[in-house]
Amino acid sequence: MKKLIEGSMAVAESVKRCRPNVVAAYPITPQTHIVENLAQMVADGELKAEFVNTESEFGAASVVLGASAAGARAYSTTTSQGLLLMAEVLYNIAGMRLPVVITCANRAISAPINIWNDHSDAMVIRDSGIIMLFAEDAQELFDMHPQAFKIAENPDIMLPFMVNMDGFILTHAFESVELSDQKLFDEFLPKFNPALKLDPANPITMGTLAEPKWYMETRYKLHETQQEALPLIQKTAEEFKAKFGRWYGGLIDTYRLDDAEIGFVAMGSLIGTLKEVVDDLRAKGEKVGVLKIRSYRPFPKKEILDVCKGLKQLVVFDKSFSYGWGSILQNEMRNCFYGSKHNPMISGFVVGLGGRDIPPSSIIKAYQQTKGKEILDEFVDVNWELVGVRR
Amino acid sequence: MSKPILLFAQPGSSKVNKTGSWRTMMPVFKHKDCTDCRICVTVCPDACVSGKDKIYNANLDYCKGCGVCAYECPVNDIDMVLEVK
Repeated sequence: MKKLIEGSMAVAESVKRCRPNVVAAYPITPQTHIVENLAQMVADGELKAEFVNTESEFGAASVVLGASAAGARAYSTTTSQGLLLMAEVLYNIAGMRLPVVITCANRAISAPINIWNDHSDAMVIRDSGIIMLFAEDAQELFDMHPQAFKIAENPDIMLPFMVNMDGFILTHAFESVELSDQKLFDEFLPKFNPALKLDPANPITMGTLAEPKWYMETRYKLHETQQEALPLIQKTAEEFKAKFGRWYGGLIDTYRLDDAEIGFVAMGSLIGTLKEVVDDLRAKGEKVGVLKIRSYRPFPKKEILDVCKGLKQLVVFDKSFSYGWGSILQNEMRNCFYGSKHNPMISGFVVGLGGRDIPPSSIIKAYQQTKGKEILDEFVDVNWELVGVRR
Repeated sequence: MSKPILLFAQPGSSKVNKTGSWRTMMPVFKHKDCTDCRICVTVCPDACVSGKDKIYNANLDYCKGCGVCAYECPVNDIDMVLEVK
C-alpha cells in the first residue's frame, strides 16, 4: 500500500512490522514523532511490545541493553544530545555484542544549541563498534530497518546497528512510501533467537571484567566482525531486493558514475540533491556522477576503490567536522585511496552544519571552484563578514 | 566466518577474578584492641573482611588496599603497611 507519509511515521511503521519486544526511548527533537507514533501503536494494541518511557536517553539505552541481553528484540531512537548521553551505554551494547537497533535522527550538537540537521552526532560514536548506515529517503528508511535487525541479529555478527536519517529533512518531510505487508516482513526477518541470554534458570554474567590478558582480543573481534559484516550488508540488501523489489545500493550506490570523470561523494539525504545537480551538469556536457556511502561503519574501502577506477577527481560533501583536523568524510576518503594504484584528486567541502540549507547552486559553485583543483576542508556558504576572517 | 567472542562468564566472576595484585598498601589486623564492632566488615568496599570473636582479617586475594577499614577502625587496631614482596 502506497501512502503519503512523514519520514518518522515511515520509520515507526517499519519498526512495528519488525515486531520488537521492547521499545525504550526518550523524546527529543527531531526524533520525537518516531517515539510518539510507536507509543501510540503500543497503546492501540497494534504493536505487541513493552514500551518503556524512560527518564533519559541513558535510561533508554540501558533498558534496551538489558532487554536485548534477556533475549528480546529491542529498539530505541534518539538524536544529538540524546545520542551523546547514550554514548557510554552504546559502547557497552557493542562490547557485549547485543543486536539492538537504534534510529538516529541526525542533528547538530550544542553549543550553540541547534536542533537542525548535520552528522556531528553520529560521528561521536563512530568508533564504538556499532554498525552505521545512512539512508537517503523515507522509503529507504522504511526498508532499512528490517535489514538492520537481520544483519545485527545474525549469529556471526551480533552487533548493534544504527540507522541514520537526516533530522527534519527526512524525519518531518512527507513522502510517498510503499508500506509493505507484515507478511513480507515476517518472511524476510526471522525470529530473534540468541545463543546466549540472561535466564534465571541458567545464569550467566555478561559484560564482566576482562583483565589486560583478555580485553584486547575482544576489541580485535569487534573489528574483525565489522569486516565480516561488509559482505552481509551487501547480501542482505540483495535479499531485500529479491523479496520486496526495492534497491538503494548495498554498501555503496552510484548514480551516473560509470563514465564520469568527477564523482560527488556524500551520505544521507544530500544524495538526492546531488543527483539533481548531476542531471543538470550532465545536460551541459559535464561528466559527473554520484557515489553514495550507504554503509559508513564498516567502511566499504574495496567497493569504493572498485567504482572509482575511472575517476579523475572526487568531491566530498560532508556534514561533519573534526575540529583541529578537518572534514571527517573527506579525510576518510583520502585515507581510503592512500597507497592504492589509482589516486584521484580528492577535494572536500563542509556543508549544512546545523541545518544550513544546501541548495543545488551551492553544490554547483563548489564544483566550479574545485574542478581540476584540490580544495580541502572548505566551509560552504559561510558568512565571512560575520566570522571576521579576511580571505 | 569466525564466531564473535560473546563476553559472558559463569556467575560469580568477582570471585574468580582475583584482584589482590592491584594493592600497594596492605591492612594488618593487630587483634589487640578489637571490640567486635564489625565496622571493618561493613565498610569494606570489596566485602573481603570477615571473621568473628574479635579476630577479623582481610582476604588478600581480593583486598585492594584502599585503607577504609583502617581509617574507620575506632580503636586503631588495623595498620596500613607498604606491601613488599
